[in-house]
Amino acid sequence: MEINATQHPMDKYLRADRIPHIWCPGCGLGIVLNAFLHAIEELKIDLDKLAVVSGIGCTGRIAGYINTDSYHTTHGRAIPFATGLKLANPEMKVVVISGDGDLFAIGGNHFIHAARRNIDITVIGVNNYNYGMTGGQLGPTTPLGARTTTTPYGNIEHPFNLCHVAHAAGAVYVARWTVLHAVRLKNSIKEALNKKGFSFIEVIAACPTTFGRRNKMPDALDEMRFYREHSVIKHGIDPAEANIEMGKEIVVGKFVDIEKPTFNDAVEELKRKVKKK
Amino acid sequence: MEIRFAGYGGQGIILMGNIAAKAAVLYDGKNAVYTPSYGPEARGGAASSNVIIASEEIDYPYVTSIDILVAMSQLGYENNAPLLKDDGLLIIDSDLVRLKNGAGKVAKIQSTRLAEQLGKRIVANIVMLGFFTAVTKVVSYEAMKKAVLETVPAKYKELNEKALEIGYREGEKWQE
Amino acid sequence: MKNKGEVKFWNGSIAIAEGAIAAGCRFFAGYPITPASDIAEYMALRLPQEDGVFIQMEDEIASIAALIGASWGGAKAMTSTSGPGFSLMQENIGLAAATETPLVIAEVQRAGPSTGMPTLVGQGDVMQARWGSHGEYETIVISPSSPQESFDLIIRAFNLAELYRVPVIFLTDECVAHMYERVVVPPKEEIEVVERLKPNVPPEEYMPFKPINDIAPMATAGMGYRVHVTGLTHNEKGYPMTTSPEVQEWMVRHICDKIRRNEPKIRDIEEYRMEDAEIAIVAFGITARAAKAAVKMARRHGIKAGLIRLKTIWPFPEPYFDNIADSVKKILVAEINYGQVKLEVERSVHGKTSVELIPKFGGEPHKPFEIYEKIKEVKNGN
Repeated sequence: MEINATQHPMDKYLRADRIPHIWCPGCGLGIVLNAFLHAIEELKIDLDKLAVVSGIGCTGRIAGYINTDSYHTTHGRAIPFATGLKLANPEMKVVVISGDGDLFAIGGNHFIHAARRNIDITVIGVNNYNYGMTGGQLGPTTPLGARTTTTPYGNIEHPFNLCHVAHAAGAVYVARWTVLHAVRLKNSIKEALNKKGFSFIEVIAACPTTFGRRNKMPDALDEMRFYREHSVIKHGIDPAEANIEMGKEIVVGKFVDIEKPTFNDAVEELKRKVKKK
Repeated sequence: MEIRFAGYGGQGIILMGNIAAKAAVLYDGKNAVYTPSYGPEARGGAASSNVIIASEEIDYPYVTSIDILVAMSQLGYENNAPLLKDDGLLIIDSDLVRLKNGAGKVAKIQSTRLAEQLGKRIVANIVMLGFFTAVTKVVSYEAMKKAVLETVPAKYKELNEKALEIGYREGEKWQE
Repeated sequence: MKNKGEVKFWNGSIAIAEGAIAAGCRFFAGYPITPASDIAEYMALRLPQEDGVFIQMEDEIASIAALIGASWGGAKAMTSTSGPGFSLMQENIGLAAATETPLVIAEVQRAGPSTGMPTLVGQGDVMQARWGSHGEYETIVISPSSPQESFDLIIRAFNLAELYRVPVIFLTDECVAHMYERVVVPPKEEIEVVERLKPNVPPEEYMPFKPINDIAPMATAGMGYRVHVTGLTHNEKGYPMTTSPEVQEWMVRHICDKIRRNEPKIRDIEEYRMEDAEIAIVAFGITARAAKAAVKMARRHGIKAGLIRLKTIWPFPEPYFDNIADSVKKILVAEINYGQVKLEVERSVHGKTSVELIPKFGGEPHKPFEIYEKIKEVKNGN
């Protein structure tokens, strides 16, 4: 077999003219992107009918590298943007890929309401425990005690357990993986993309540049090693019992997988009812 | 022609203005503008609605001096009587409004009592609209009837039509 | 008075909603706020009947974000709000401007600042409608003075949004939104509806932000063009170019100049008795109605007054005022704020004539005699 060295098999999914990307060496986002692209390849999703929406931050840049209709919105507002897009154009498969700060701090209100309404979108939330792009500040998922540039003495706030939030708000599919679990992550993304309704996957990702080096994991490999030693797969566990604490085990797995009518279904039903009158 | 309907919340005062102006616009082909009073006073307490009817273009949509004041409460009367023109017409529910010094043209009807006799106090405003129609002739009876029937829920059409008619008959008896 | 068409008895809010539907609006996202909620309520009733989508979002930020998403999804989209909600929308209005997204915001002005007078009229958001978001951009701002115009001009608002790929702000006020009047709805086939330009080249040749005669054809989601849309400074391809002052200059010039260059086409001014006017009153929205009555009073008293009614406020018709300044002795600007349009008029007349403000601060519209008194004062002072 002849190998074309200038052409990568995944090139068709990327905007090759946008590479190189902006991410730091050791960043977990490449693995997330890779898992996502393999998931859409294996599902044979029509790229013309896929839209990727993101907010602001390192993860927010993902949308710009994927060769689909892609929307890089304002900070925190990827989900309401995606809501409008999906409702106006239900044929599209709409995926939001954004970071913990974007989705759960500035955009937290939108997350819970989209989950409550069961908007038919998939949200991939990349959790690197801090605001990477702006220099490593405290985020809504920073574990208690962790050091960031705005918690120089260690974090004194309680973090969100994102999967618990998603479950409580009504998401029909909730899973958590680390970037070490690349294949399981890809499989989970496939399940979520096939799921009707609001599906959520939390991906715990290394951020050696701004988080790791302040928290005794200066090298991406240190973080990956930590995931290997501390991750425990517990499918079906109540997400409330899957809190993340510094130095403790990270519970991963698929926690929620239920059926519920989506907002789009409800809109169609309403239109039928109103027109009959 | 500047008209103000005044009473208290729950009497359907806002609706009176809406119906009267709608009658003029949709069924008499006149120009009319109706402005409800918004604000805290719209929730309980004093309520008023304003209508201007004209054959020419209406520039300013708000009542500045009143040609016809329809008062269905003492407060509605007292607050608005000073704005009534000298040759203006005052229409009152005589069970609800006690006149102060009784000057000017006044037309009286016991609209609430007549509505109660119909079994529904709530249609006092429609009785009053019937009376208003006959006394002022600013809109035709046919137009007012159509506007009432278009506005009220289907199951209350008959009741409201009757209320309007009773008021109108009372009005026909009125003489300056 | 228009006569051809179906006669309705609507308030400004209903007229906005029905006009929007007539213009092809099939997506509405909003959040309740006095005095704009009537529009949302009416859209909730009507849109499902028209195969459209109504959604009540969790706040105004979500509402405008959903609008931008829906517009890229291919729909004509609208929201309604009032001052505080409009403030919350500003960041995403900037996104809509930067990404050249057509949408319409109906803003029912109440008196501010802050929570102000929620149920009562104001006209204090004129500058905010133009400058509310950070950075340099242009919007189109339209102001109706009656329910009839609320219907007619909201259709124009959608048409301009589609034509220029720009967020259009429909700047009405509490008075016009709540007053009921005759609205004549023309037959459907007589309503001019503009649709956004779509690309007709193959995807590999398509440049999503490269203008052809000022405007770039817009490929929405699912058309196969795989467009990247970002609020970052971007080039004609839509790619972020966040360290290039040259691309920044190109983009800013483009999103501003496409509106500025077309100001004469966007301009919509009604003149009344201006043919020989010595004193001109400038007004918009509800205030223009009191001003017109005041002009009639002045004319009855032999004073040569006229009215300039702005139906579009932004882009500001600077050349128009520069020109009018040659023929009038005095310009009075009546508005329910402490001098916003007045500043623009003053700037536009280049010192050729004096400009004075007749302010109201919110809570009530001007009365005709108040404006008339000012006209008289100016006349006698001359």
